[in-house]
Amino acid sequence: MTKQRRPHILVTGAAGALAQRVINQLRDHCDLVAVDFREQVYLGDDIPSYCIDFTKRVFEDLFRRYEFDGVIHLGRIQSSQLTRMRRYNANVLGTQKLLDLSHKYGIKRVVVLSTYHVYGAVAYNPALIDESAPLKAAGLSADLVDSVELENLANIYLWRYPELNITILRPCNIVGPGVRNTMSSLLASENAPVLAGFSPMMQFIHIDDMADAIVKAYRKPVRGVFNVAPEDWVAYQHALKLCGCRRIPIPSIPPVVPNLILKTLKLKSFPSYLTAFFKYPVVIDGRAFAREFDFKPKRPLREIFRFYRENKRPV
Amino acid sequence: MSLASYLKSKLVPADIDEHINRIRKPIGSLGYDPWGYNNEVIKYGFSLTRQIYEKYFRVEAHGVENVPAEGPVLIIANHSGQLPIDGLLIGYALASREQQPRIPRAMIERFFPTVPWLGNLLNEFGAVLGDPVNCAKMLANNEAVIVFPEGVRGSGKLYRDRYQLKRFGNGFMHLAMKYKAPIVPVGVVGCEETIPAIANIKPLAKALGIPYAPVAMPVVLPAKVHLNFGPPMYFDDLEIPEELVTERVEQVKAEISRLIDKGLSERKKLF
Repeated sequence: MTKQRRPHILVTGAAGALAQRVINQLRDHCDLVAVDFREQVYLGDDIPSYCIDFTKRVFEDLFRRYEFDGVIHLGRIQSSQLTRMRRYNANVLGTQKLLDLSHKYGIKRVVVLSTYHVYGAVAYNPALIDESAPLKAAGLSADLVDSVELENLANIYLWRYPELNITILRPCNIVGPGVRNTMSSLLASENAPVLAGFSPMMQFIHIDDMADAIVKAYRKPVRGVFNVAPEDWVAYQHALKLCGCRRIPIPSIPPVVPNLILKTLKLKSFPSYLTAFFKYPVVIDGRAFAREFDFKPKRPLREIFRFYRENKRPV
Repeated sequence: MSLASYLKSKLVPADIDEHINRIRKPIGSLGYDPWGYNNEVIKYGFSLTRQIYEKYFRVEAHGVENVPAEGPVLIIANHSGQLPIDGLLIGYALASREQQPRIPRAMIERFFPTVPWLGNLLNEFGAVLGDPVNCAKMLANNEAVIVFPEGVRGSGKLYRDRYQLKRFGNGFMHLAMKYKAPIVPVGVVGCEETIPAIANIKPLAKALGIPYAPVAMPVVLPAKVHLNFGPPMYFDDLEIPEELVTERVEQVKAEISRLIDKGLSERKKLF
C-alpha cells in the first residue's frame, strides 16, 4: 500500500510573523521547509529552517534534497530594511534565482507576496485601483524600484512558464500582533507623524486574515495578479486616533519641506520615500481576489486598532 | 459630554442627523467609503450648506424629482462662477429633497487633492477627483454623480462670457452609455454673478499651479440662484463612432441651454 505523499512546500521569509502564521496553518498537512535571508529561526523539529542567500549556489541543494511541489515566497525585504543595493539583490536577483530554480525543478504552484506600494501614491490616483492599473511607484522613489521590479519579474515568469502557476498578491497594509513593518510601528507608537492637512484613505488587513488569504491562494492554482484588501476604509489620521497615537504634524507645503525634514530626521517608521503614501490615497480593489478565492477577512478594523491601543506599553 | 459630541449637538440639528442616516450610503465599519466620503462629517457640511442654500443664495430648484430614486445617474450641468458653488448647491438640492433624497458625488478638478485640508474636506463631503475610472466605479456602485463637462473652461470663464456654454467633453456620454446611466441635465442660473471676473492672469495661475487666477472682488456676492433639473435622458449602449457620440453630447448641451434660458426668464432680479 502506498501512502499518499504530503505536499512539499518551500516558504521564504520565515523570520517574519506572516510566514510563521502561514506555516502554522499548513504544517499539519504539508511538509514544509523554511528559509530566510536574514536569520535562522527555530520552527519546531518537523520543519527544517535555513538562513540562506537565494543567490548562492547552495540554495539549489534545497530543491534537490526536498523535491518541492510548491513555493510560497514571502521573503520580500521591505523598503525600510537593508541598503538599497542589498535589497535589490535580495528582492530582484534573489527572486529571479528562486523562480529559475522553481522552473528547473518542476514546481507546480508559486505564490509571491508583493505590496500595494507598487501602484505608487500620486495625487491623481482614482480609488479602488484594480490589478491592471499602471505601477507608478518606481517614478516616486528609487527606494521602491526593487518592489516594482520584483513584480515585473514575477509577471514575466507568470506568462512565460504557465506551468509554474504563479499568483502574485498585492496586499494593503498588513498589521496586527508581531508585524514589524512601517505602518505597524506607526500604529504601535505613542507619537506618530502626519503631514499637516493630509489624511489619505487607507486599508488595513489583519495578519491572520492575510495568512488565510495566502493559504487559500496556495490551495487554488489560479494564475494571475490579485489585490488583497478588505472592503473597509479609514483615513490615516482617524486610524491613528483609534490606535491612541498622538499626532505630530509635519509642515506639508511646499513639498520640499516635508522631504527635507524627514531626510534630516531619518525616522524609521516614517521614511522620506514613503511621504507620498501619507499624503495621497492608494485605495485598491480587492474584490477580484475575494471572488476568485472565496475570501472574506474576519477581523474588523476596530479590532485591529483596539489591539494597538491596548498594547501601547507592552509589559 | 466630549467636545466632539457637544459641537455636534450645537452645529448639527437632530433632523439633519436623522435625514443623513436615512440615506443609506454604502460605507465601511468606520463610516468611510473608498473615496473618503464620511457619514459624520457630511452632517456638518449639510448643516452649513443649508444656511448658504436657503439664506445666502435663496436657491429656487425646480424638477429635482427628475433624478431617479436609485441606480446610477449622471447629473450634467453648466459650470460657472470660479468656485464650485454650483456643485454644492445641486448636491444639496438632491440631498435635501423630501422624497427619496440621495447624496450625489461631485467630480472635482485635479488640482484639489494637492491642497492641504481642503482636499480631504471635499472628499469627506463626497466630492471625488474627476477621473474617468472614479466616475466609472461610482456608477458601478449605483451612485448619482455630478459632472460639469466644461471643466475649468466653464468655471474659469469671464463675466462677459456668462451663460455661454463652452465645449463639452465626451467622457460623460461614454460612461452614461456603458453603465446605462440616465442623464439628468441641469441649468444653473445665478452662479455666474457670484464672483464676476474681468480677467484671468494666466502667468500667475501657472506660477501657482492653479487652473486660473481671476481678477475679481474678493467676495462671493449673494446672487439669487435658480436650478432647473430637466427630465432624464436615456442613451443606448450601441457601439457608435465618436462623431455620433458628439451628437449625443450636443443634445444634452442643447437641453442644458434650454434649461438655462428657462432660469434666466424666471429670474426677476440678479440679487
